[in-house]
Parts: sequence; structure tokens; C-alpha cells
Amino acid sequence: MPSDEMWINMGPQHPFNHGLWNLRVKLKGETITQAEPIIGYLHRGWEKMVENRTYSQIVPLADRLCYGSSLSWNHLYCLTAEKLFGIEAPERAKYIRVAVLELQRITSHLTWLMAVGTDLGSYTIMTWSIRERELFLDLLCKLSGARMTYNYCRIGGVRNDFPENYERDVNRTLDEFERRLRDLESLMDENEPFLMRTVGIGKMDGKTAMNLGLTGPIMRASGVDMDLRRLDPYEVYEDMKFEICTHTDGDVYARYRVRMDEMRESMKIVRQAMAEAPSGPIRVKAPRCPPKGNAVCHVEDPRGESLMYMVSDGTERPYRLKVRSPNFVNLSASPPMLLGFKISDVPAIMGVMDMCIGETDR
Amino acid sequence: MSQVIVYDSPDRSVEDVTNDIRSKFPSVEVLKVAPRRMHLRAPREVFLDLCKFMKDDLSFEHNSCVTPVDYMDHFTVVYHISSWTNHIMAEVQVDLPRDDPTVDSITPLWGGANWHEREAYDLMGVVFKGHPDLRRIMLPEEFRFHPLRKDFTVGRRV
Amino acid sequence: MDIDLSFNAMTMTAKQFGEMTKTLVRETMVATGGKKVIDKITAPIWSWGQRNSVYPLHFGIACCALEMAAAGGPRYDVERLGIVFRSSPRQSDVLLLNGWISAKIRPSLKALYEQMPSPKWVVAMGECTISGGPWYDAYNVIQGADTFIPVDVYVPGCPSRPEAMIQAFNMLNKKLTAENRGSFLDD
Repeated sequence: MPSDEMWINMGPQHPFNHGLWNLRVKLKGETITQAEPIIGYLHRGWEKMVENRTYSQIVPLADRLCYGSSLSWNHLYCLTAEKLFGIEAPERAKYIRVAVLELQRITSHLTWLMAVGTDLGSYTIMTWSIRERELFLDLLCKLSGARMTYNYCRIGGVRNDFPENYERDVNRTLDEFERRLRDLESLMDENEPFLMRTVGIGKMDGKTAMNLGLTGPIMRASGVDMDLRRLDPYEVYEDMKFEICTHTDGDVYARYRVRMDEMRESMKIVRQAMAEAPSGPIRVKAPRCPPKGNAVCHVEDPRGESLMYMVSDGTERPYRLKVRSPNFVNLSASPPMLLGFKISDVPAIMGVMDMCIGETDR
Repeated sequence: MSQVIVYDSPDRSVEDVTNDIRSKFPSVEVLKVAPRRMHLRAPREVFLDLCKFMKDDLSFEHNSCVTPVDYMDHFTVVYHISSWTNHIMAEVQVDLPRDDPTVDSITPLWGGANWHEREAYDLMGVVFKGHPDLRRIMLPEEFRFHPLRKDFTVGRRV
Repeated sequence: MDIDLSFNAMTMTAKQFGEMTKTLVRETMVATGGKKVIDKITAPIWSWGQRNSVYPLHFGIACCALEMAAAGGPRYDVERLGIVFRSSPRQSDVLLLNGWISAKIRPSLKALYEQMPSPKWVVAMGECTISGGPWYDAYNVIQGADTFIPVDVYVPGCPSRPEAMIQAFNMLNKKLTAENRGSFLDD
């Protein structure tokens, strides 16, 4: 039956989008023929604002870039600033950072799972992953005193050492979580409706994905073995033994699989880093003003490649601080994934993106 | 389905790649070469050719970031372009005069630069020639200024 | 009431007839003082119903939205308090603002507030909605939600913990009890 084309606005307030953004889709019948994401609803001028803050004042602000994985942004800022200042964190601080970053990666992936659960109609997935997430929030809360915005890394190290019996707590939590992760997986892998909504949806091949600038789990699901922890190692990732999870299908199910496998690898890294951490100081003193110049650093965020470029003019405030958010680019690459699929596939395709508008709009 | 594309060890060293660029583009200034990093400064006339060369012959597959910086007397647009094959991240700086901030768009080469260039246009007012869809992205259409420029001072909004 | 109309009841449309009877009953009740009596009896019941089913709008803006989600999870479980998140503004009573408000979202937010049926309340969660918070000098952030919509409860914190959100709803609960709003034949 012939039908007219129509534009549909999904957002800014829509149950499927986590965060404020708008997806305009053009439909022919139920098939998407054109899509256009609209962002900017959370733009607050982060890059302009930090030009009026001193270097140490920016550390907590970097937390608020992405609240799902605040520690990785916090860490990226400190890493870039360290490069600019010409200092290096002590060895123990590096191990602590790696351990905590991987805990943060698990937390972030669980937050993503929570969102996907509601999108794909299974409330149990959501409640279970919130339950698991609380375990890790407790760990990070014990470490830093905050549930979400930790403000933990410092320029030249970390704020505090592990609290008492922390390694024991972490290991217990990981043991428990390993068991529960199997439960969580069975909830989805053995769930026929979930498979019907994910397998073969939103396909993208590796070459296209690379040209469109995709990074992170979405890229690895398209069969590209690209992980900055390996390609451009920072901190002590060179010494860690872990595998990079890839999948060749490039559809929504593959992206979901990559993230679930990544949680397992992260657990491995946490255990290694905690066991191998040498004793010693955890922080070096940073000067107040860096020398003139610029520094760039990129790390593997839970969502992909995040990059910071910092220009200093020799004063105590940065002259320019640019943030490359992985989600910003991933979202710009979403229209080719959506084309040709039905409107009911939109939550599945966009849900596995792990949207975080705080870092996208900055 | 298809095989996984793996990037084990770099095919070519940074020096090797830099020498290629030096011999092909004498006008491109090499600022610094470090392990896995390459810092270049290109005049805006040869910039697009340089990018084409980097993409097609030197296997730079990924555009990470486009950063406009306002240095009061001129703009500098900094491109971070990565090659996963060679494990290199190149930083290409292009200086633009303050009164004519126009540069060639690299979106036709790397689709990932699309929104970065739109953002640079929105917040800094740099115009990218050949961009398919150069509109404001963050701010509402009715905004009349470019907030990241240094001559835009922030006042407290009520 | 147009008394004359009552004689033409036979020639009225159903809608007009309904309108007329409604006004008639209402005015009689108000005039005889019956409304006052019934209101006094029913108000606690209405208020009890209202305060035990405050449905916030499922509307996540920024950081505090994750704490809102955590509050909906198994550990804090706000559904035991009658706080059920609804996806449509037409079905919700409380607008839970959880994040900074930019100039671009402000008109949509205002529209959302206006779409909600009365009675409605607004809870401002987190520093950003209270006063702009850490973004006090940002060019694109509205300095507080109360600059354009009325706010009932403020929850401090950056981000505020789920316990704080639950306490905010308890305070809203007290407010509803004290207001004792609810009437037979609306005012």
C-alpha cells in the first residue's frame, strides 16, 4: 500500500533517548529513509568555561563531562595536564588508576545495560543491572566518597591510596559479579524476543565504520581490532594481560556481546593491577603554572576514543581546552546505521550506542 | 563473516612516514617527531592535498578531532589524524588569517570530521569549504556570535 | 446560570444539557453550603490518594538522572512509595528536574510543564537546577529552574544521592498533607 513520507521527532523528551537529544526520522510506511540526530540541548559551554578556571579547579568539572563514566574523563584531564606540566605520576598511582578505571568501565557498561534493558522491553535486565551496578558504586564510594562524580585523580597522581582491606572487598565483589554476570547474560542470550530485536539490525562494516570515525565497542563489533589500550598504551596497560574483544557481525547483537565480554576482561585487569601494584608514593607535586605549549592525549573511554587537546599560554589557566567526545562522533555516524530499518528498531540501534549527552554537547 | 582487521605491530616507523611527507610536500613544516606522534604545520593551500596523500598513501584511516584555536591575531585549526596501521597520531596545524577564517573541509575524506567541523563553525566561526552541511549544531540557529572566540566575554546569564 | 435555558431542556444538545446540569448542581451546592460540608469530608481522601501516587515524569537531563534511575532500582526502590515514572507528561504529577537547563531546552521544558495536568508539582534536583551550580558563568545555562517555572522542593547535592531524592518526595508528601487539597466539583 503506498503511503506518504513523514518526519517524526523522537525527542527531546522521549522514553527511548537517555539524555536530551532529538532524533528526526523520515519514514516511508514504517521504514526509515532519512535520519538526522539533533543535539545541543545540554550544551553549556564547558570549553569556554574552563578558560576561566585554574588547572586544579577543572578536575571536578571534568567529572561532569560524562556522568556515566566520570572517572575516565577525570583521568584523561589529569593525564593531559601532566603531559603539559611535564611531570609523571608515580608507579603506584598508575596501577591504582588502571584498577579504578576498569572498575569504572564495568560500572559504565552496567549503566548502558540498564538503558538497553528498558529500551528493549525487559524490565528485569534493568533492575538486575542496577543491582549489580550498586555493588561497584559501593566500591568506588568507599574509595573516593562519592557515588558518581569521584574527583579522584589529581594532576600528578591520585588523591588517596586504597582504603583498608580494599583489595579483599574488590575481589569478593568481582567473584560475586562473575557469577551474576552469567545470570545476566542468560537473561538476554536465551531470550528469543531480545535476539529477534538485535540480530542483524543496524549493520555496519569495518571500513565504513573507520571512515565515519567510530571508535570503541561499536567499532570492535564491526570486526576492527582497535583499542587504544593496545595501540597507544597509556599508564601501565602495556604490562596488563588482557584480550581485546571483537566481533565480526557488526550488528546490534555484536555490539552487545563486545560490551559483555569487555566486562570480563576488565575484571581480569582489575585483579592484575591490584595484585601487581608496587608500594610507594601515590602523588607528586605539580607546579601551579605549566610552561607555554600544547599537549594532546587520547585514551580508551568505555565508549571509545576520548581526546583532550590543551593549549597553555604560561598562566595558571588553560588558554584552550578541546574535548573530543567518542559519543559525539558515534552519534554523527548513526544515520547510515538506521537507514532501511523499521522505526521499532531505533531503540535497539541507538540504545547500544550508550548515549551520554553530557559529553556529546559539553 | 569477514575477518577481524588486526593492527599488531606498526608497518612503518614515524621517521619513515615523516620523510615521505617532507619529500612530497616541501612547504609542510615538521615541528616535532616523537614516538607515535608527528607534529606538522601546513599552509592552507596544500592542506587538502596533504590530507589526501596521508589518507591514500600513508594509510591514515581515522580523523580524531578538529580543534580551532583563537590566537587573537590568527586562528589555528588543529587536526588530529590517526593511523592505526602505523600506530601514529599526526597533529596538523593550519594557520588562518583572522579576517578570513576559511579552510578546505576534510569531510569528503573522513566522514568522522563532519560534526567536528560543524562544531568548529558553530563555536569558533571557522568556515569549511566543501562541507556538505555547514550549520550550527550546538547553539540555536538564532545565535549571532561565536562564543569560543576570545573576544566573546562571558557574562553571567540570568 | 442562565435560568431561562432550563425551560428549553428538550431542545438542547447532549453537551449543552450536561453543561447546564453541572452548573445547576454546582451552584446549588455552593449556595446551600453543601459543597463545604462534602469538601471537608472528601478532602483528606483526595489528598491521601494524591500523596500516595505522585507520578514523576520520566525525564532524564543529566547527572542526577542516573541517581533517579538508581532510585528506581532494587536498592532504593521508590515504587514502594508510590513514585512510578511515567513517560508522558499527560500522565504525571511531578516534574523532576535533574540537570542543567540550557537555553535550547528551556522552551521545551516550559511546554512539558504546561502539558502536565493540574495539580502538578516541580522538584528541582541537584545544584544545576537550583541555581546553575558549577556552571554559574556558562553562556548557555539558565541560572536555576525557578527563573521560569515554580519549584516546590529543592534537593541539594551534586549529584544528589537517591536518599536525598526520596526525602524530597517525603517532603512533598508532607506538603500535600498540609495543603489538604481536594474538592468535590472543582473550583
